[in-house]
Formats: sequence, C-alpha cells, structure tokens
Amino acid sequence: MNMSFRIFKNVLKQGFQGMWRNRGMGIASVGSITAVLIILGMVLIMILSINNIVSETQSKFDEIQVFLEDDIKEKNIDTIGNKIKSSDGVKDVKFLTKDEAMKDMKEDWGEEGGLLEGLEDENPLPNSYIIQLKDIEYADAVVENIKGMKGIEEVKYYRDIIENLLSTANYIRITGVIIIIILMAVSVFIISNTIKITVTARKREVNIMKYVGATNGYIRGPFIIEGILLGLIGAILSILIVNYGYDYLFKIINEKLYVIFTVYLVAPHALLKDISIMFIAIGVGIGTLGSLVSLKRFLNV
Amino acid sequence: MIEFINVSKVYKNGTKALNDINISIDKGEFVFIVGHSGAGKSTLIKLLLKEVEPTSGKIILDGMDITKVKNRKIPYIRRKVGVVFQDFRLLPNKTVYENVAFAMEIIGAHPAEINRRVPTVLNMVELDDKANDYPDQLSGGEHQRVAIARAIVNNPPVLIADEPTGNLDPDTAWEIMKIMKNINRRGTTVLMATHAKDIVDCMKRRVVALEDGKIVRDEEKGVYEYEF
Ligand SMILES: Nc1ncnc2c1ncn2[C@@H]1O[C@H](COP(=O)(O)OP(=O)(O)OP(=O)(O)O)[C@@H](O)[C@H]1O
Ligand SMILES: [Mg+2]
Repeated sequence: MNMSFRIFKNVLKQGFQGMWRNRGMGIASVGSITAVLIILGMVLIMILSINNIVSETQSKFDEIQVFLEDDIKEKNIDTIGNKIKSSDGVKDVKFLTKDEAMKDMKEDWGEEGGLLEGLEDENPLPNSYIIQLKDIEYADAVVENIKGMKGIEEVKYYRDIIENLLSTANYIRITGVIIIIILMAVSVFIISNTIKITVTARKREVNIMKYVGATNGYIRGPFIIEGILLGLIGAILSILIVNYGYDYLFKIINEKLYVIFTVYLVAPHALLKDISIMFIAIGVGIGTLGSLVSLKRFLNV
Repeated sequence: MIEFINVSKVYKNGTKALNDINISIDKGEFVFIVGHSGAGKSTLIKLLLKEVEPTSGKIILDGMDITKVKNRKIPYIRRKVGVVFQDFRLLPNKTVYENVAFAMEIIGAHPAEINRRVPTVLNMVELDDKANDYPDQLSGGEHQRVAIARAIVNNPPVLIADEPTGNLDPDTAWEIMKIMKNINRRGTTVLMATHAKDIVDCMKRRVVALEDGKIVRDEEKGVYEYEF
C-alpha cells in the first residue's frame, strides 16, 4: 500500500464518517436531489413521448382524410372524388373502404389487433378519401373547397394537431427546465448547508490538520466526498423510482386498454441506461457543487 | 535554519506589527522571543507558518525562500515546522495516542511507521502510561505534552511554541521547559515566544526582545529584561 493510496483511503473514510454523523441533514439533501431528478425524469418521458407522437403524425402531415357518411349514395362518392381531384394542389387521391380501413388499423395495432376481432360485421370505421397534397400550403384551400358537400362526415387534417402538440411539448420543456433549474439551485443550497454543518463540526480538526501540514486536497476531500455521496444516493433512489414508477404507470395505462396511448409512449426500461448515466452525473454534480460552495464560504485553508 | 531579512508586516487595518526585522537563527539554536503584549511575537511566528504574508522583506526556512510560495506548497513548508500553542488544541474525541498518530496519518505515513514512532515520542514527553486516555482525563501540563509530541512526531527540523506555558502553573511550566530542552538537545531548532520572565532568565539562552514591532535586543544567554 503506497502513501497516496493510504491518504485516499483516509479521505474516503472521513467522507463517509461526515455523512453518517450528519445524517439528519443528509436525508434532506438526498431528498431534494431525488425530487429534482424524479421531476426531470417525468419531464423527459413526457417530452420524448410527445416527440414520438409528433414524428408519427408528421408522416401524415401532407395528407387530408375525408370521412364519408355511411349511408352515402354511390353517385355522391364519385362527385366528391371528382371535386377533390379538380382542387388545386392535389397530387393523388385514394379511396379507402371501410374494410381496408379496418385491415390497416389491425396492422397498426400489431399484437393488440386481436382486440378488434369481431368488429368486422359492424365495422364502425367509415369509408374515406385520402388526399395527398403537393404541398401542405394547399391544405386549407382544399379543405375549404370540399367542406359542406353532401355526404361528408368529417375532414381531418393534421396541421392543427401537430401545432398543438409542438406547442405543448415546448411548454412542457420550458416549464420543466425552469422548475428543474430552480430545484437544482435549492438542492445545491441544501447540500451546502449540510456540508456547512460538517465543516463547523470539524473546524477544530481542520485547524490542527492545517498546522500539521495537511494538503488542501486532504482537508477538502472528505467534504467533497460527502457531497458526492449524497448526490449519488439521491441519483440511485431517483433512478429506481423513475424506472419502476414509470413501468407501473405504463402497465396501468395499458391494462385499461388505452393501447392507442401507450404505442406512442416511450417504452419502460428503454431509457434506463441513459437516465442512469444522466441522473448520476447530475446528482454527483449537484453534490460536488454544494460542497464547493460551502467550502468556499465556510472553510479558509 | 531560519532567517528574517528586512521583514515588515502591516496588517490590512494599518497596524504595523513588525518593522524591519533581521534575525538569523542557526540549526540547533534555542531562541526566546520576548516583549510586551502586542509587540509582534505571534506575528513573527505566523510569518513562519505562512499564516500571514510579509508586507516586505524575505524569509528563509531550512534553506528555502518561503517569502512567496504557491498555496499548494504551504502544507509542505508547515511539515518542516512543528508548532505548539498556549491553548494546546487537542482533539477531544481522540485518545492521546490517536491525537499524535493523527499528525502522521495526515501526511500518509505507513501504519507500521506510526506504530513505531508514536510510542517513541510519547516516551520523550513522558506520557507512555497515558496513551489510551482522552484529553478530558489529562492535566494542563499533560495536554501540552501531547501537543508537543504531536508537533515533533514527524521529525520537523524546527519547533515553534507560542507561549506554551501561558496556561500552566510554574511547576508544570518547568516540566514543559525540560521537555523542550531535551528536544532541542536532539538537534531540533526551537523558537519560543513567551512572557515567562523566570524561565527566560534561568535558561540562559538567546533572547530576542521585540518592542512595537522592532528588535530592541538580541543577545546570547540573555535575560527577559534589565532592571533600571
Ligand atoms: N489579524 C490581525 N489584524 C490586524 N492587526 C493584528 C492582527 N493580528 C495582530 N494584530 C496586531 O498586530 C500587533 C502585534 O500583534 P501580535 O499578536 O503579534 O502580538 P504579540 O506580541 O503576540 O502579543 P501577545 O503577547 O499579547 O500575544 C498588535 O498590535 C495586534 O493588535
Ligand atoms: Mg501572541
């Protein structure tokens, strides 16, 4: 065992001791870091899920779907079709029958497709035209052109939805970032106060260490270790909570048959590795920063 | 071993604590620093410990210019200087043995070396039988002997003491002086600031007298002050 290893072992030991002796405040520190990271996790999952929905929907961005009434006459179907074809900016028009729509839906739902079994006889899906536009610019004009025609039940296009989604995602992102920054600052503050207590408790010892020729690293090391440990514990707790908590929520949503929802949600555990790395980095970062702030303010060596 | 060359110290608030100090102390000397309260004795010691920076002048310690050194070098300078204070400064939750071993652990000494060295030093200060006692079980003189053991355990070439007998009764003070003398006899340079007139007069060692930050007297085998 060489000298620097012994010194490192000493520093580490004192760091653990400091944390243990000061565990009351330590719990508050760990709690605050855990809270920040859990909220960060929630925001991340929300944003990623919304991104999923957006990109899924975006591929249908240049499409307009015109749903027809069930009891429409054959002749009207053609009239509507011709009217659409004659509109400016229409690249292609495809007629999608009820049956085809059902088949598509089953494919979309994949394994969950079985849920649709037995619905074939009274297929609730309508016939529809799917319009491919030359450019999204034409969407409003085309919709205006055919709106109000007899036999049309609903015209659906995705521009509004996408805009809504994007602004919601943005809103979540901004609020999330603000909340997280505030909570991080609070955590740094709480940790710096925790470390301050250890610093005060060890003032005498530090003073003696100084005169005996302990290096700055040796004196500061245990306090920084304490901060890092608090951050690490907070990170591990939040990783477990976010991982298992989300898994649980996901299962509930899935069981209640909101399959349509969950296909868009980020799969549980998919983020485990990324979240773990990120949370540990942030937790340890907050812990270290809290210690440094405290040492700068309360310990002059 | 220690050299002050034209050293002055003015504190931030404007107090002139030391004014153009010149002292040269050889290896193995025993030197008393005397003077009235506020004369600048502690400031002189703090300059050697790099606790304060000189305003001007040059300080040499063990052949090394320590006037201007990087912060991260300071601990290594302090390892050359064992220091003892009036108020002992022991750790109450550590035994006598642990208080002394602490100074070795801090610099990463080998455990076998600690186990060998600590009892030797405790023997030098005649505290063998108190190794496992806690500070609150010790008398004032014993406190100071532990502090001395801690100061010399890493074998520094210089031992500095700022009024080490200030809190002790005369008999106990003499015990401490006996130990300091022994340490000096083994080759350690000793620098001691004190108000204890009888000790200085009896020891017949070099005396440097300060007054208002100036050296007013520096003589071999000196006394505390002359009667007029
Ligand atoms: N940190 C400081 N800031 C400002 N002035 C100081 C500081 N430390 C000491 N002084 C002043 O410098 C002068 C010398 O102080 P110093 O402590 O060196 O005296 P001393 O000889 O050790 O006195 P004593 O015998 O009472 O211990 C005094 O006037 C003191 O008030
Ligand atoms: Mg003094």
